[in-house]
Amino acid sequence: MNFLENSLAGFLNALEHALDAEDLARRRGLLQRLDPRIKVAGIAGLVIAAAMARRLWVIAAIFAVALLLAAASRISPILLARRVWIPVLFFTGIIALPAPFVIPGRIVWTFPWLGWAVTAQGLKSAAFLVSRVETAATLSVLLILSTPWNAVLKALRMLRVPVVVVVILGMAYRYIFLLLDNARDMLESRRSRMMGEMSGPDYRRMATASVGVLMSRSLQLGGDVYSAMLARGFQGEVYVLEDFRTAAFDWVMLSVFAALAAAAIYYGR
Amino acid sequence: MEDNQTPAPPAVFDVREITFRYRQVTALDHLSLAVSPGKRIALLGANGSGKSTLLRVLDGLAFPEKGEVVFFGEPLGEARLQNFEFACKFRRRVGLVFQNPDVQLFCPTVMDEVAFGPLQLQWPRERVQESVDKMLEVMKISHIKDRSPHHLSTGEKKRVALASVLVVDPEVLLLDEPTAALDPSSASQMIDFLVGLRGEGKTVVTATHDLDIVEDIADECFVFQAGQVAAQGTPNEILSRQSLLEQTHLLHAHRHIHGNNVTHSHPHLHSHKH
Repeated sequence: MNFLENSLAGFLNALEHALDAEDLARRRGLLQRLDPRIKVAGIAGLVIAAAMARRLWVIAAIFAVALLLAAASRISPILLARRVWIPVLFFTGIIALPAPFVIPGRIVWTFPWLGWAVTAQGLKSAAFLVSRVETAATLSVLLILSTPWNAVLKALRMLRVPVVVVVILGMAYRYIFLLLDNARDMLESRRSRMMGEMSGPDYRRMATASVGVLMSRSLQLGGDVYSAMLARGFQGEVYVLEDFRTAAFDWVMLSVFAALAAAAIYYGR
Repeated sequence: MEDNQTPAPPAVFDVREITFRYRQVTALDHLSLAVSPGKRIALLGANGSGKSTLLRVLDGLAFPEKGEVVFFGEPLGEARLQNFEFACKFRRRVGLVFQNPDVQLFCPTVMDEVAFGPLQLQWPRERVQESVDKMLEVMKISHIKDRSPHHLSTGEKKRVALASVLVVDPEVLLLDEPTAALDPSSASQMIDFLVGLRGEGKTVVTATHDLDIVEDIADECFVFQAGQVAAQGTPNEILSRQSLLEQTHLLHAHRHIHGNNVTHSHPHLHSHKH
């Protein structure tokens, strides 16, 4: 596979993930049942509590709450490990790696040949960094996986993001799938008529032409979509249906989230 | 002596000698036709004959460089449609269903899509919600109301596109190839729905090259060729003119097998059963 096809495969893979997320968001589960505004507020409270906690056991407890929420929302730990825990461990691990060696303190171990000393304080700092990021990322991903994109958009409206920005985001999300499908069809149709490999210059020429065709199709589609909007009364101002309704269950859950966050902040001082 | 005859109601659309070009290509060439209230009209023609362009002109999305379109006695021009009150009135009365549903379905969910038109017309929220719920029920798409249009089948997309237009209950419905790209079952459901509109007194203008559906969905036909009306008549009159249909590329000869295993070819109308 060449560069163009690799890139497209990457995009399509991301698209598949987005579709997985939409499926998960539509399952029957605890987080899926919650009003998105309550969910955003509740999870944000837990993330802040994890960031403020100065005791590892408190962060571990919040992480345990995140695991319980995942289980109650039918989100598999394997998925979380693949999407969050391993990548976060990798990236924060790189940042946290020097800490055990550079932070002064009680030496707990020394590297045999290099003589580098590992300190207890350094290990603790690294553990704090990794556990805080893992917990915050797990909670954030739970929010994303349990909330359909359209609900996220509507929640943005509640947070006073201008309606035109929300509509543009919604349309961009809607049409990126269509354009990716188009791009894939174009590449597959080319591959189905090709024998052997293309030379570098030919390949670049073909890639440029494909980008041009896709661009032209996008412009055409943009014009047609605008016509379709006009045909249904669009006159420059966009109005959206904001149909969130909170139920008693939402308020109960908000109280639970608030109590957990308050307890975590209190015990984590 | 007093004349007791009531004057004929004005035509929904009176298209007078319009010409429309896409750069060098003439899509409509001095075309004239009239659409009477309550009539079901079929615009028949091969690809590129100007049917879709005419629908865009009738919906005030494209404007002819020559001639004019009159809507219920009022000229339909670009300046007129920039007037907020006229635009609201016009969009409330005329709905266009595009051939490609992906063009029409631009909102994040089916529910938002159906609500888009009423919201732009600034209906009260309660009325919007009530109309949307009712339309979702009528079109049997309540179960997919929270889904993204990207996840729908072509048949579902077409139904949502139709719902998104019908929700404001337009008097005039413009349909561009309503059965295109549908599987036989979805196409049949769509035709049943269009036949059902007959009793509602709506004016329906359908652009199609599918001769199988014409008798079901139209009282009058206009046959298009190269941006002009080549013929006009009832579905029976038009469908019986084989040479006209061949000349306008609506009819072709194709090979087929009859029950007695005789394979032959000749131009004919059929419902794809031999």
